[in-house]
Amino acid sequence: MLEAFAQNLVYGVLIGALYGLAAVGLSLVFGVTKFLNVAHGEFLMVGGYASFWLFTLWQVDPFVSLPAAIVSLLVLGAVFYQALFSRMVKLTEGVKIQNTLLIGFGVSLILQNLALKLWTADTRSITTAYSGQVFNFLGIRFPLVRVASLLIALVLVIALQLFLRRTYTGKALRATVENWEAATLMGIDIHRVYLLSFVMGAALAGVAGALVGVGYSIEPGMGMSWTLKSLVVMVLGGLGSITGTFVGGIILGLTESATGFIALMAGGGLTYKEVVGLVLFLLVLVFRPEGLFGSKEG
Amino acid sequence: MLKLDTINAFYADLQALWGISFEVNAGELVALVGPNGAGKTTTLRIISGLLKPQSGTVTFDGKTLNTEPAHKIVELGLCQVLEGGKVFTGMSVLENLELGAFVPQARQVKNQTLKHVYEIFPRLAERKNQRAGTLSGGERQMLAIGRALMSKPKLLMLDEPSFGLAPILVDQMFQMINEINKQGTTVLLVEQNVRASIDIAHRAYVIENGRIVGHGSGEQLLSFESVRSAYLGDSHA
Repeated sequence: MLEAFAQNLVYGVLIGALYGLAAVGLSLVFGVTKFLNVAHGEFLMVGGYASFWLFTLWQVDPFVSLPAAIVSLLVLGAVFYQALFSRMVKLTEGVKIQNTLLIGFGVSLILQNLALKLWTADTRSITTAYSGQVFNFLGIRFPLVRVASLLIALVLVIALQLFLRRTYTGKALRATVENWEAATLMGIDIHRVYLLSFVMGAALAGVAGALVGVGYSIEPGMGMSWTLKSLVVMVLGGLGSITGTFVGGIILGLTESATGFIALMAGGGLTYKEVVGLVLFLLVLVFRPEGLFGSKEG
Repeated sequence: MLKLDTINAFYADLQALWGISFEVNAGELVALVGPNGAGKTTTLRIISGLLKPQSGTVTFDGKTLNTEPAHKIVELGLCQVLEGGKVFTGMSVLENLELGAFVPQARQVKNQTLKHVYEIFPRLAERKNQRAGTLSGGERQMLAIGRALMSKPKLLMLDEPSFGLAPILVDQMFQMINEINKQGTTVLLVEQNVRASIDIAHRAYVIENGRIVGHGSGEQLLSFESVRSAYLGDSHA
């Protein structure tokens, strides 16, 4: 019983890392641009399919093809940014959020239906030769690909953090978040900063999607659920904190799996698992709107 | 060096500037003084490109700025310090200064300029690793000016640098601005503190209701009855 519970928690952490990775992308975009891109989950779905087809058609290993997933999403993100989102840059914050929300819904419907047409509604999964490999530790099973995914997510989040802290471009991004006018007066082209953060957010979604494809499964309709989870985690972790958001993802994963386990023991269904995230979301909004790791100022 | 020619500017439907014309020559310290809401800040925003004029031209070193985006104008050597400084509070003092040297030509000589800025504002050197959000009002203003100097501007534009400072700091602030000008940076100073600005400025323009209503050397302006009564309160003395 205890072992089964621990096993569940491990699965929770493993999926939570992917929630975290996806949410970090959404949070980066929202933090810099104040664009609420609800098509984030669809970007993730596209990343998953990019990886799936590279593997199915040309047998490219899904971990090797991660750069390809990144590049496809950089391009896709740039196209949608230039065509649609770039027109929203000059609006005030509230209007910006509303308009990008609507654009995001449109983009998400287009991508969803396109995926349905092109790739059918079938649930797909990337099954490599090593997909079934598991190692045991203290009687708990650790699936190899999911552990690898967690490590990749961790590395990417740390890399992003270093980029924001150490590089000139990263500092320009942070400056734009704080005060775009003052940033402009430093000679920072905020349109480029916006574009950069948008495509970086898309690329992070792409990686998350590819990792979901190899550790779990993908289908055209998966986007909305991932957007919702990313939103929950973004609020949970607190805006402006990359590591906070990532940890928030793991907390959501843990809460979901713990609730799922308890519900199952109590004879309930697994459906409660989905609800718990939203309950957590509401609780944080009511009692700690700045997020678990966010700061109250600015 | 800088020339504004019959600038008309609007905020939405509201006209803020009415045919503003003035110029700043290389090496000068020029003050733009006037009451709150006269259009001083709007004028600076027009020059730095944050707001585009509806008509009229802004030229800097012979180049028309009207169509240049704001971040390009910084590269030409024009830097505006916003009212209140608007330092990046979540970053360290040093990071703020580094961002000041964002434009390519300034980045190349960053370390040299940094030394120079620390000489002008030793306080910033002492606090370089502190978060800018923890600085006092005066220190933030110094940081904002230091950050602007990091871009190696030919013309530095200051918006109300004395605003909100303790009286003793106000004097120091004006001395520092004077010093920066003496070291070769042209300065356009926007202030409500008319007497102190006129004292250090070579020339000053008086702006009211979006129009330039007076112009002259500091001494000349001080003799204007309207300026004396409106800004210096002499008539009530």
